[in-house]
Amino acid sequence: MSSARTMFEKVWAPHVVAEGPGGHVLLYIDRHLLHEGTTAAFGRLAKSGRRVRRPDLAFATADHYVQTSPASPGPDAEGRGMIESLARYTADQHIVHFGVGDARRGIVHVIGPEQGLTVPGVTLVCGDSHTATHGAFGALAFGIGSSEVEHVLATQTLWQKKPLTMRISVEGRLATGVSAKDVILAIIATIGAGGGVGHAIEYAGSAIRAMSMDERMTVCNMSIEAGARAGMIAPDATTFAFIEGRPFAPRGDAWAQALAYWKTLPTDAGAVFDREVTLAAADIAPTVTWGTSPQDALPITARVPDPENVPDAGRRESMTRALAYMGLRPGTPLGEIAVNRVFIGSCTNSRLDDLRAAARVVKGRRAVVPAWVVPGSGLIKRAAEAEGLDRVFVDAGFEWRDAGCSMCVGMNGDLAGAGERVASTSNRNFEGRQGKGARTHLMSPAMAAAAAVTGRLTDVRALGA
Amino acid sequence: MQAFTRVTAVAVPIDLPNVDTDRVIPARFLRKDKNVPEYASFLFHDVRFNADGSEKPEFVLNRQGFRGAGIVVAAENFGCGSSREAAVWALAAYGVRSVIAPSLGDIFHQNCFKNGLLPVILPADVAADLRRQLHAKPGLTITVDLEAQTVTAPEGARHRFDVDAFRKEMLLNGRDEIGLTLGYEAQIAEFEARRAREMAWAVPPRAGA
Repeated sequence: MSSARTMFEKVWAPHVVAEGPGGHVLLYIDRHLLHEGTTAAFGRLAKSGRRVRRPDLAFATADHYVQTSPASPGPDAEGRGMIESLARYTADQHIVHFGVGDARRGIVHVIGPEQGLTVPGVTLVCGDSHTATHGAFGALAFGIGSSEVEHVLATQTLWQKKPLTMRISVEGRLATGVSAKDVILAIIATIGAGGGVGHAIEYAGSAIRAMSMDERMTVCNMSIEAGARAGMIAPDATTFAFIEGRPFAPRGDAWAQALAYWKTLPTDAGAVFDREVTLAAADIAPTVTWGTSPQDALPITARVPDPENVPDAGRRESMTRALAYMGLRPGTPLGEIAVNRVFIGSCTNSRLDDLRAAARVVKGRRAVVPAWVVPGSGLIKRAAEAEGLDRVFVDAGFEWRDAGCSMCVGMNGDLAGAGERVASTSNRNFEGRQGKGARTHLMSPAMAAAAAVTGRLTDVRALGA
Repeated sequence: MQAFTRVTAVAVPIDLPNVDTDRVIPARFLRKDKNVPEYASFLFHDVRFNADGSEKPEFVLNRQGFRGAGIVVAAENFGCGSSREAAVWALAAYGVRSVIAPSLGDIFHQNCFKNGLLPVILPADVAADLRRQLHAKPGLTITVDLEAQTVTAPEGARHRFDVDAFRKEMLLNGRDEIGLTLGYEAQIAEFEARRAREMAWAVPPRAGA
């Protein structure tokens, strides 16, 4: 047997505390991120008389239910109760909490890396399916349910069965106007919404290596939209430069020790994956979704597909249903679809690189439909303002809002109306995701900005940006 | 946790692939306590009910024979998307004890085990054939036997399925997983001590700043 190992294996193996039956292992968890949607677990833990084993490895913030503008309806009593419960539980348990009023508060998957909590080689979990975001640093990060949150609070471990591995290589250079979001949408369209079920994905290849950390996080973030609980990218100089000096990053001797270890993590030459997929970067165009699954993605130059051309009966039926929900006719050029509003934000695309990319398109133009920009954290908002990005957006008629999950999750009052069509940088175009009856088209920040200034889905390359 | 040994119940076919957990329970219900009496009504709410609360007659659970089903036979990647365990809570509140599908969303799959609900993976053609039988005569029952690891179809055929030995034993006995893990305290403490020695960097500095 070859001794060459994958990065996944190198991170998994040192975290095995005990072997259980049926191939299950007790896996140690280095970081547990919490948000106000996971407070029910605290209540159950308290009720059973159990304690939080390692409050020093848990970090909390409020993002799902918070108000992102004074003009928004704001959380109702139940939502407010969840935000308050999280503040109370974390105070009781001495868990670090970036709560309302703290500039460091933001979307949980934005602030983990921002605070230096997300580092290579660790296991990191959160009661949210987009936890794979943190895999961009070479961490093994995955989303868990409420019962697993309680289990981690009580034991700092989880019973896990080792997933299969898949390497997705994107080779070559991305063309102008093509972003990390287009890459991950193209990947999901290629392998399907269920293509990664049971797998941990490693994203590799020259196009991935050339990406900034913000871009790598966008790619890993949507692993779950391809069915995979975890997605990882090998740590390199870009990773280390991002982490160094952040508040919760290792320092001094610990930094040197960490760095030496992290450099051993990338997959060995000759390591075998259960599945390999390769995409050519040059084949990827600015991409938008037309349906109600993230796999329903096509280049902006394409037309709405016709279910009649699909041989599989089940697929034909689900396409027909999706088109009915989306209010689209087969054969319509995607670039002719008018939108009612634009949302730039979410754990997928609310970081500084995303806001810069959108601002480049917006500068000197005007939004012709309601358009929101929701930065991923208070610190990103501040950094963007220091660069004058807020002025670019506000001058163009965009709303510049406070950090939070906002219109991605449909649970905090930031909703699109029934039948409204949204050009959105979020991660899910499911029926009802952004509001009952709302129609979501997923795309990159630059493409969403282009839609805002033209009022329709638009090839950003045509705007010369 | 409720134990699962053997369940015979009316089964409902759900043909749509990639049914996401937002569809199983819309986000606005996630703030609700799972013990409220109306929790079962949140299940598939927006495809099951009209705005005025009346039933959408075309939705499968509203059809004669399928109402109150205890087993779901689904298509590929059922339960994909959001990690919301509320999707399983809503199914359980409705009375569903088992979900049979060719594949399931990974997080949903795990969440089932924590709530006494048995996820069963069967080949796509077998699952499709089960759905066909159920459509042909609404109200038929399926038996899921965890001990024997078999699904008995309405027409009588018996299909064997795989289940992890660990999850099987937990479900058969309705065991409390946290209680079990707390029994590993010595190993966890030893692991932490070793990690503190060998990988001190892995614990973030306390003050942070």
